[in-house]
Amino acid sequence: MTSDMENPTPPIVEISNLSKSYRRGSQIISVLEDITFAIAEGEFLALMGPSGSGKSTLLNLIAGIDKADRGSVRVGGVDITSLSEAELAGWRAANVGFIFQFYNLMPVLTAYENVELPLLLTNLSRKERRKHAELALKVVNLIDRMEHYPSQLSGGQQQRVAIARAIVTDPVILVADEPTGDLDRVSAEDVLQLMDRLVREFGKTIIMVTHDPRAAGKAHVVRHLEKGVLTA
Amino acid sequence: MFFIKLIIRNAFRHRLRTFLTIAGVAVAILAFGMLRTLVGLWYLGVERSSATRLVTRNAISLIFPLPISYKDRIRQVPGVKSVSYGNWFGGIYIDEKHFFANYAIEPKNYLDLYPEFILPPEQKEAFIHDRKGCIVGKKLADKYGWKIGSLISLRGTIVPGQWEFVLRGIYRGADRGTEERVMMFQWDYLNETMKKTMPRRADQVGYYMIGVTNPNLAAEVAQEVDRTFKNSLAETLTETERAFQMGFVSMTEAIMIAIQIVSYIVIVIIMVVAANTMAMTARERIPEYATLKTMGFGGMHIGVIVFGESVFITLIGGVLGVLFTFPAAQWIETELSQFFPFFSVSPATIYLDLITACGIGVVAAIFPTWRGATIRIADGLRRIG
Repeated sequence: MTSDMENPTPPIVEISNLSKSYRRGSQIISVLEDITFAIAEGEFLALMGPSGSGKSTLLNLIAGIDKADRGSVRVGGVDITSLSEAELAGWRAANVGFIFQFYNLMPVLTAYENVELPLLLTNLSRKERRKHAELALKVVNLIDRMEHYPSQLSGGQQQRVAIARAIVTDPVILVADEPTGDLDRVSAEDVLQLMDRLVREFGKTIIMVTHDPRAAGKAHVVRHLEKGVLTA
Repeated sequence: MFFIKLIIRNAFRHRLRTFLTIAGVAVAILAFGMLRTLVGLWYLGVERSSATRLVTRNAISLIFPLPISYKDRIRQVPGVKSVSYGNWFGGIYIDEKHFFANYAIEPKNYLDLYPEFILPPEQKEAFIHDRKGCIVGKKLADKYGWKIGSLISLRGTIVPGQWEFVLRGIYRGADRGTEERVMMFQWDYLNETMKKTMPRRADQVGYYMIGVTNPNLAAEVAQEVDRTFKNSLAETLTETERAFQMGFVSMTEAIMIAIQIVSYIVIVIIMVVAANTMAMTARERIPEYATLKTMGFGGMHIGVIVFGESVFITLIGGVLGVLFTFPAAQWIETELSQFFPFFSVSPATIYLDLITACGIGVVAAIFPTWRGATIRIADGLRRIG
């Protein structure tokens, strides 16, 4: 494990003075307070912290699925806090791959169709989409299960399909929210190894929220959040 | 193509719920179609009325007769091409359950005024030349197995007695909408008997049918006929056949309006049921919509998925409802022929059924679409687990 200060590569994500709060009735609850840090390209970052510390909120802000109250998030040089909802949707489609705790696969689509889904927003032909989706499934070693529906796959396999879906558009960053949280130990290890491989072999930048120290152990950088403040 | 696949598969994720919704829509569309058909048929007589025919009746009421002597005076009114007349006979065949309309008519001009009754010339001649002859519609003949030459006996109600007729002709309707369950016999036969049994009621007719030379002159001719008999013992009321028919229909208009309202209520109810189904569906799929949005899919895509599924389900229900409408209409026409001798579903009703089914789908999808399209991704994802 190393800190970002020691990483020589330029930052792909730059977060400056980021704050976020929620309103609950008349109360305003601060979730993130003045967060500033950077993530280098090709870095595998783990965000840790107790429940309610704001790590998922921070992940959402980096991924462009939530809006900050103050501060900025620059990803690949683009200040995503200044983008409109429609612009953000297009930006996410091109730049972010999502990996969720509960996989979030479409149950009525096969593994292949789930992986193909993000490519529908591109200009690729059907043949090209097939090529990309099959390649992504090969990377996660599930090409032989491409016609299976999520219900016919184990949790680990479903998560690998979700990872294939996340990488199929070749995004700038991958965000993973508790990717091993719903998996047994063996499956979790498989998924973590796969993510590690994505970083090492394909140069992907991964930002992962986790409670699991073993998962965090795979990351290059671990950052801790405590009550909305970065503590390490 | 991908979205069509997704829509179809989504539609059958909860098979029982989908089949129940489809069944509900099918039954509603069937009911809607049948009620609309009923209302349409109720007005069919009015719609099919000839523009060149006038009906003259006693100005006081239809139940009061007019003298037969009016015939020649009506014939002399400018614009009148031909005149015929008839009486409602109201005879009963076997018993009241075997009701069918039967009239005493002046045969020659009457049949000329009704070209929609297609009768072979030799049968028409045979009818005209047989005082006890009668003609019936094809459906009526088929129902009772009557052939040319069959003896038909009716029990008179207005004019008591047992009346014997010889079937001389079986007419066909020019189209499906023409009534084929009517019996007509010679007015002279009725009148001769009346002269013997109740002479005071002889030489009187229930109504005159007038053919005009030009439909545009119908109003003037009607006024002139009524003017001719003004201040007589039996003043007349002449109106177009359409107005005459409308007079009957308007007596039951409140019932028709009630039926129309019920048909719309049926649709509103199924709309609410379908909307509830789609709302449940959308609520369950909020995380999926949120996931799609994370990938960059927009509200429009979510709308296509929700609207597509909703319209797909209701359209299946609509098509099934339409398919069931035909055998149901056939069953009514066969089994309830004395009330609905002609119960045919019009193409317009079918189109209306399908448009209504689509409308149900669209309306049912509005709220779920709005919900799916506007939900914040973070909120949507939070529902998982």
